[in-house]
Amino acid sequence: MALPATRPTAAVPPPGGAALSADQLLEIYYYLRLTRTLEERLVALYRQTKVIGGLFRSLGQEGESVATAYALERGRNKDILSPLIRNLGSLLVMGAQPIEILRQYMAKADSPTHGRELNVHFNDLEKGYLGQISHLGDMIPVMAGIALSFKLRGELRVGLVYIGDGGTSTGTFHEGLNLAAVQRLPLVVIGEYNHWAYSTPPEKQFAVKDLAEKAKGYGIASVTVDGNDVFAVYEATKFAVERARRGKGVHFIEVKTYRRKGHAEHDDQHYVPKDVLELWSKSNDPVDRYTQRVLAADLVSEADMKDIDDRVRVEVDQATDACVNEPLPEGETALPGVYVDPPSADRLWFKSL
Amino acid sequence: MPEVTFLEALRQGLWEEMERDERVFILGEDVGLYGGAFKVTEGFTKRFGESRVIDTPISEAAIVGAAAGAAHMGLRPVAEMQFIDFISCAYDMLTNYVATARYRAGLATPMVVRGPCGGYVRGGPFHSQNPEAAFLHTPGLKIVYPATARDAKGLIKSSIRDEDPVLYLEHKWLYRRIKEQLPEGEEILTPIGQARMAREGKHLSIISYGATLWKSLEAADKLEKEDGVSVEVLDLRTLLPLDDAAIVATVKKTNKVLIVHEDTRTGGIAGEIAARINEQAFEWLDGPIMRVTAHDVPLPYAPTLEDFVLPQTDDIVKAARWLAKY
Repeated sequence: MALPATRPTAAVPPPGGAALSADQLLEIYYYLRLTRTLEERLVALYRQTKVIGGLFRSLGQEGESVATAYALERGRNKDILSPLIRNLGSLLVMGAQPIEILRQYMAKADSPTHGRELNVHFNDLEKGYLGQISHLGDMIPVMAGIALSFKLRGELRVGLVYIGDGGTSTGTFHEGLNLAAVQRLPLVVIGEYNHWAYSTPPEKQFAVKDLAEKAKGYGIASVTVDGNDVFAVYEATKFAVERARRGKGVHFIEVKTYRRKGHAEHDDQHYVPKDVLELWSKSNDPVDRYTQRVLAADLVSEADMKDIDDRVRVEVDQATDACVNEPLPEGETALPGVYVDPPSADRLWFKSL
Repeated sequence: MPEVTFLEALRQGLWEEMERDERVFILGEDVGLYGGAFKVTEGFTKRFGESRVIDTPISEAAIVGAAAGAAHMGLRPVAEMQFIDFISCAYDMLTNYVATARYRAGLATPMVVRGPCGGYVRGGPFHSQNPEAAFLHTPGLKIVYPATARDAKGLIKSSIRDEDPVLYLEHKWLYRRIKEQLPEGEEILTPIGQARMAREGKHLSIISYGATLWKSLEAADKLEKEDGVSVEVLDLRTLLPLDDAAIVATVKKTNKVLIVHEDTRTGGIAGEIAARINEQAFEWLDGPIMRVTAHDVPLPYAPTLEDFVLPQTDDIVKAARWLAKY
């Protein structure tokens, strides 16, 4: 299978315009490796029934997750992104800690949502991430609102939001993108064409070939890139982000990639052709491609990368050890915090009988 | 004290909050230069500019979603639904995203969604609705429904200042029909969650809100005059959270309750109120808790049909008479 070529449709980034230092290349590698290793650890915990509920993998999509987030300005009160279930890498780049992810998946009392929400559904707006809800498309209007706040306050900040190929079928995707386009908001939308919406293939989801074609209907700039080429994704995103920061409006980036695991860990993806899976796995893995490229170009040393592998393993081990035996939240902690006032929901009468 | 309409009072409240707090902004369909379908925001663009009075596409879900995002960032959006009937297009965004945000993720979402609701205006099925019951079942939202000009102003101001999302339902039949003298230069803030005693009485209580509050008051006058029955009328003002204390107090005083609302009957808020009275004041009842509501049909257009379906003053009089004799 030929790799999808980068097909810019508008607002083309300058070739080689986004140079990365050796330190940055290693940092990107760290996040790629951390994403993969952390997910492998979650699989082990899932099999030990320590993960509560489902487990969602981003295998094969780590490259675009990490590269898009890496193109943002990070730090306190800088850019903000809203990740989807397969954007663990984006969250980690923005500063979410492995122990937070582990606690979330195990519904621990000390998880960021104190056991109220699942997996990557949590936020830290100061660090720059807003958790999704399960209703796909809804984060587009919400992130438009965040970008609107940047515009109203004259802040040079950018919002970035992900949508899957299936998610582009929702009404909220349309409404949010259209509003953002009309208002020329500083918003970058990453359309993740990973070929599967649960078990539904693209041809049953939409009648266009590329998601980027949809963007044309909103009068916004769009580009299609090889989603498993970290450099291409980074460059396209960096260009779009800086363009949005300069007040040039919404940019849609379609990343062509492939979901190499089922919808969730329970799903054996029998509907996916084995040979296609093997091809993407063997010849188009984003982490492999990245590693080969930086090594071939002699940009970083193999020893440095090996050190990162070791460091990631230690970090994931330590994070797991630190939280795996932590308690779940006490039942009664479910009551407070629906509102500021009243501070708590009532404990029902039969609980005191 | 100048006399102002319900609509003007609401407008004043919005205006004062925009003057007071630069974080407050308005977004909705035709709210800008046109001033809104009912002219609630007329003149706002001239005073506050296009960046604080934002005309949006016809996209209720995007209006509510964008308001939520801006609210997370510390702004205080007031989103207008051109007619509240269209709030159903934003139902997902309100119930799944907005209402749960604080609880599931610790996200502050101080925002108001307001819009003209209610019938008696020959608006047909899609310009007459009362959507409160659809949202009453959603922890995380607050719902206010003023009946007086004073509360129209006091509740919009309190809603904008609240730390959580508030649905503000404004009955279009009251917009220009209700007039009241309001003091100038005095801050009017109606507390959310507190009912108002609209009329004191001894023999029977009517619990209502919105347009039917006025029909209930009219019925109470008639019953006093014609039957010598003394009717107490409680104006709920806030539907979520309900003021249980005020409800129970009036039940304990008169021992008979008629709940009147314009919304349809099945699954309407009267059922919830009846359940609470049953749980909290059962021994104080001298008769069944009765309801006067709309019939369980979509609201029809023809005056003869609408008048039959919606509760009228005479319906309330007849029902109260029946209950008084029980």
